[in-house]
Amino acid sequence: MSINHCCASNCQPVALADIPVLAGEAFEQELAAQLRSGCQLSTLFGQARTAQTVRLYAVTGETTTATLRVFATDVSDRYPSLTPACPAAHWFEREIAEQWGVKPEGHPWLKPIRFHPSYCAGRDAWDRKPGEAIAPGVTDYFRVAGQQVHEVAVGPVHAGIIEPGHFRFQCLGEQVFHLEIELGYQHRGIERRLVGGPDKRTIGSMETLAGDTTIGHSTAYCQAIEALAGRAASLRAQALRAVALELERLANHTGDLGALAVDIGFLPTSAYCGRLRGDFLNTSAVLCGSRFGRGLVRPGGVAFDVDQQRSEEVQSRVDATFRDVAGAVNLLWHSPSVMARFDGTGTVPRAVCDELGMVGLAARACGVDRDVRRDFPAGFFRFAQLPVSTWHTGDVFARAYVRWLEVQRSARFVVEQLRGLPRGDVRRDLGPLQPESLVVSLVEGWRGEICHVAITDGDGRFAHYKVVDPSFRNWIGLAMALRNEPISDFPVCNKSFNLSYCGHDL
Amino acid sequence: MFPILAERLRQGHRTLPFPAGEPPKIPDRFRGLPVIDAANCSDGCRRCAAACPTDAVTILDGKPRLDMGRCLFCSECANGCPDGGIAFTSDYRLASRTRDGLRVDEHAFQRAEALDAQARRLFGRSLHLRQVSAGGCNACEADINVLSTVVFDLGRFGIQIVASPRHADGLIVTGPVTENMHLALQKTYEATPSPKIVIAVGACAISGGPFAGHPEQHNGVDSVIPVDLYIPGCPPHPLTILDGLLRLLGRIPPAGR
Repeated sequence: MSINHCCASNCQPVALADIPVLAGEAFEQELAAQLRSGCQLSTLFGQARTAQTVRLYAVTGETTTATLRVFATDVSDRYPSLTPACPAAHWFEREIAEQWGVKPEGHPWLKPIRFHPSYCAGRDAWDRKPGEAIAPGVTDYFRVAGQQVHEVAVGPVHAGIIEPGHFRFQCLGEQVFHLEIELGYQHRGIERRLVGGPDKRTIGSMETLAGDTTIGHSTAYCQAIEALAGRAASLRAQALRAVALELERLANHTGDLGALAVDIGFLPTSAYCGRLRGDFLNTSAVLCGSRFGRGLVRPGGVAFDVDQQRSEEVQSRVDATFRDVAGAVNLLWHSPSVMARFDGTGTVPRAVCDELGMVGLAARACGVDRDVRRDFPAGFFRFAQLPVSTWHTGDVFARAYVRWLEVQRSARFVVEQLRGLPRGDVRRDLGPLQPESLVVSLVEGWRGEICHVAITDGDGRFAHYKVVDPSFRNWIGLAMALRNEPISDFPVCNKSFNLSYCGHDL
Repeated sequence: MFPILAERLRQGHRTLPFPAGEPPKIPDRFRGLPVIDAANCSDGCRRCAAACPTDAVTILDGKPRLDMGRCLFCSECANGCPDGGIAFTSDYRLASRTRDGLRVDEHAFQRAEALDAQARRLFGRSLHLRQVSAGGCNACEADINVLSTVVFDLGRFGIQIVASPRHADGLIVTGPVTENMHLALQKTYEATPSPKIVIAVGACAISGGPFAGHPEQHNGVDSVIPVDLYIPGCPPHPLTILDGLLRLLGRIPPAGR
């Protein structure tokens, strides 16, 4: 029997030589078989090997055994699309086409996702000429035709303090038949800049991949290079990272519950949660001086330790803030006018969620029992677990309620971990990174699964670095949630996902 | 109804007395205004400049100079300095009217001055701003957003974020200005009626920040449109932003606090 994939656990490096490079057909069959058996596609990405060849890597995860499977194939300028057999590959294949000028033939909706020139000189998946201007958002859109069907276009600049993106609704009266989301306005070219690293700017790039997920992304990065350096952070540092990650979740979930209340005009909860989100951010600032956790997570550990007094201050702040959040949020569930607006709004069917490979709280709100912290534990989550929170209805209510369940669990977790922090140092020096290796680092950020993949060259420098923010996987879920909804429900549906534009655009 | 009223009583009054009243409490690990004491510098040591991820620290005549417009406030320079030549204080008042004003050496930097009398007459009691995120990571955006919460209550100063450039007196811009937002920013600027002001918030909007030099972006707002107020930080603390806005409008006296 031939070997079709190599196995690793979260943050366990594998030698590039051990990753099987399959023929095109075998690659597709392997991916389809794994997804059928319940594995999830964590990432599918390309790396240029020669001027002509691009190597595609697939990483899938099997939750029952906490195993990640890695396999590859080489393609030239075209290959048969994987999306018809594996719909979860659809957005990844659009990214591969845009970055490397490779055509996945038979892809049902092959369009750019970030609107930049191809990284392979002279190759373009849409046969645009070299030097031809690429205007963001200028592309074919799915159109619904017919009498009284109309189109609503929104963005890139939105009506509030929101990142840019373009939304195109096909409507009949109030009813949305289809929503198409075009992004790429925030594209800053981060992945390309990481090649050749790590260097002194790398950690800053990681902290700003998605500013509201500073701890999530910086932890994913640091775990990846610590694995490649063969030197884990101390347990104390890992525990402090876990505390910071849950504080980040608390702040964002609280803010989102308030924002959901804004969009249905329920002002008490919105006013309180706006303030309480800030109280959680200020608690992160007690740890490291930055409300967003900037400067805390560093390769080899964390840059700031906590003494008894600081630990107690953080605990008492979390306790006090949590009590006020409970008061503010429980108003939602006991107000019939709120429940009438949340219930049954923006439903994503479970089958759609599974097929498209949605992640994180949006997937857990469809009843998917999956969470990196439990399924692929790394760092301190190997020793301290949180129960996984799910709800089964897939609507705005479910996405709100799962947030509330997670707020309760994270608040308790933070206090418990701070009470029993392991002793020891908080930062260690890292040596050189293992050459010719690949490591997958998964972290359950507040939106969902963050996936980083680092590939090193012969000198232990990054030959390639892949970042998958959970938003990359979930934007299509928002589009699905809007099917047949009134267009006036878009804001509340959008807030119930609260996806990152820059995390997607990189 | 009664539970809602009871909760309202329980949550209490939460608005900061700022800018009057007690100075707000800033966390002890907060990294604000850098101070440079070049007298301590050993000769020829360039460790601060070498440690800086964004080239915010340069050595001029053997002495370090720190450009807050590039600074991520990560304090790697201070950590790298063996002589204590650079330190970050908890002073959150960092805004400046000019790009040069953000450069800190041994002398005090140029804290933001108010608009001229005519502009103050126009905007001083009512300033409507349109926010454009042009590649911002959502941290600066979040800390502008927070000014509208009950804690800071921006509305009491007559400052409001509005939903159209046609309703605005100016723009408040975040992000390094990505190539893909270049045109949208220009169009938004042109759609804002004159006279108008532009405020750049965060290291990205001032210099490109951690993305400076990437070909996918434009190294900050003033490469595209003129800027009237620079608010440094990565991201700036909400009080840094509010302090900058109020100084611009002459609502905090130049010598004040």
